[in-house]
Amino acid sequence: MAYPAQYRYTKEHEWIELKGDVATVGITDYAQHELGDVVFVELPKAGTKTLAGKSFGTVESVKAVSEIYSPVAGEVVEVNTALHDSPEKINTDPHGAAWLIRIRIANPAEIAGLMDAASYEAFIADKSKEASA
Amino acid sequence: MESVTSPANIELRKTPLNALHRRSGAKMVNFDGWDMPVEYPSSGGLIAEHKAVRNSVGVFDVSHMGDIRIRAGRKAGGALTAVQHLCMNDASRLQIGQAHYSAMLYPEGTFVDDVIVHRLADDDFLLVINAGTREKDINWVRENTKSFDCVVEELSDAYTQLAIQGPRAVDVLQKLTDANLSRIKNYWFTHGTVCGLKNILIARTGYTGEDGFEIYVPSDRATSEEVWAKVIEAGREFGIVPCGLGARNTLRLEAKMALYGHEISQKINVWEAGLDRYCKMEKSDFIGRAALERARAAGLTRMLVGLEMIDRGIARDEYRVCNEAGETVGVVTSGSPSPTLGKNIALAYVPPALAAVGTVVFVEIRTQKCKAQVVPTPFYKRPKKAAAPQTAKTV
Repeated sequence: MAYPAQYRYTKEHEWIELKGDVATVGITDYAQHELGDVVFVELPKAGTKTLAGKSFGTVESVKAVSEIYSPVAGEVVEVNTALHDSPEKINTDPHGAAWLIRIRIANPAEIAGLMDAASYEAFIADKSKEASA
Repeated sequence: MESVTSPANIELRKTPLNALHRRSGAKMVNFDGWDMPVEYPSSGGLIAEHKAVRNSVGVFDVSHMGDIRIRAGRKAGGALTAVQHLCMNDASRLQIGQAHYSAMLYPEGTFVDDVIVHRLADDDFLLVINAGTREKDINWVRENTKSFDCVVEELSDAYTQLAIQGPRAVDVLQKLTDANLSRIKNYWFTHGTVCGLKNILIARTGYTGEDGFEIYVPSDRATSEEVWAKVIEAGREFGIVPCGLGARNTLRLEAKMALYGHEISQKINVWEAGLDRYCKMEKSDFIGRAALERARAAGLTRMLVGLEMIDRGIARDEYRVCNEAGETVGVVTSGSPSPTLGKNIALAYVPPALAAVGTVVFVEIRTQKCKAQVVPTPFYKRPKKAAAPQTAKTV
């Protein structure tokens, strides 16, 4: 699956897309693949404050619970509640319909510190090499 | 998110099929010190693997399991005496060609390990043990059979063990063997030619709650890979898929089969684990028996029960079980979504007062108290076949 060029990425495998001062956040295709069948998500309520690098929710596969970390500081303005009933969308469309939350961000400059698509692809290529060594 | 797969580690032990699993793109994890496949994306992942076993057939590499043979010493009878001393079930009741679930206990009546005991000959037994307890078990067996006239051999590395599981397992394996599988009853075994290999142990056993077989083939890599490939090829018409330890865990959990270190351990006794029917107090003395008599007289303080989540949330291993007031009353030993039932289920230890079916308890999931209720177990029981297998054939 392609990593959209207009997104930015974290080392914890979240993606973020900024439009104006509102950012959409999800987990990457690499992340959903590592997790396996996603069966459960727990997301914050609108109005919750997020901090860069702090957990805002969890995604669970049959086997494991994974924390999801906010790439930036801000306030949650919208939550993809459709995922509560169909968490498996995270496996099929992680970069699109299965976005997790939208955040009004405090400091747009925070985005600049994140990886672009090319850097992220290089980052996960290294990880895959490590895992199959 | 955090990565769920552990990085490859040269310290980890590998089965003879390790390279094959990696070539096929399996996701590998560290399981009790073993580098094992947890799921195969090529099979469609854990849930698809689980459903394949419930509905048709799947194959597992379980070569990490250990094997200990206890056979006669100078005179006949020593091996049976040793097995009777070591294990809680009554091995004297086994016929040649029959196996049963049993356990080795500490003097406290708690678990060294659970084992499948196979009676190979009158005074010759094969104990199949867990991967994570191999060294402990073999030391325990050697230490506690010193005074008996028997020979103890560790054969763990001699076998590649494959589990072919599911309602069509019999059809798959029948294509590869001259043994008449319809004559092997559940928990019986035979020896036969499999994939051209002579004298292979074929047991109608498994850890999935489904019909199926476990076969024990020579552990050299070439033979192991060839047998694996032939099983996959023979199973193609039935939609066979390779299955990892992830599906193995959800399958055994639905069937309420114990996992060492979870439902049973050095801290849990036989009565608490609800394994009474495999413990034969009336047979000759065995390690742990005296403590179990005392424990029975003293009464239970906790019992293993099945839980089904009522609130949204997945109970996981080691989560706290609490009452409405939030006081800890127990602990989850295994918890997972159930692919067969489409519900979130768990096994947990709770006080007897909270063990009745229908009792509402709470599981602490992160910071929330989530409602659950005690339900009958096993969570899943396989449908009875119209025509049951005929009488058993012994070797």
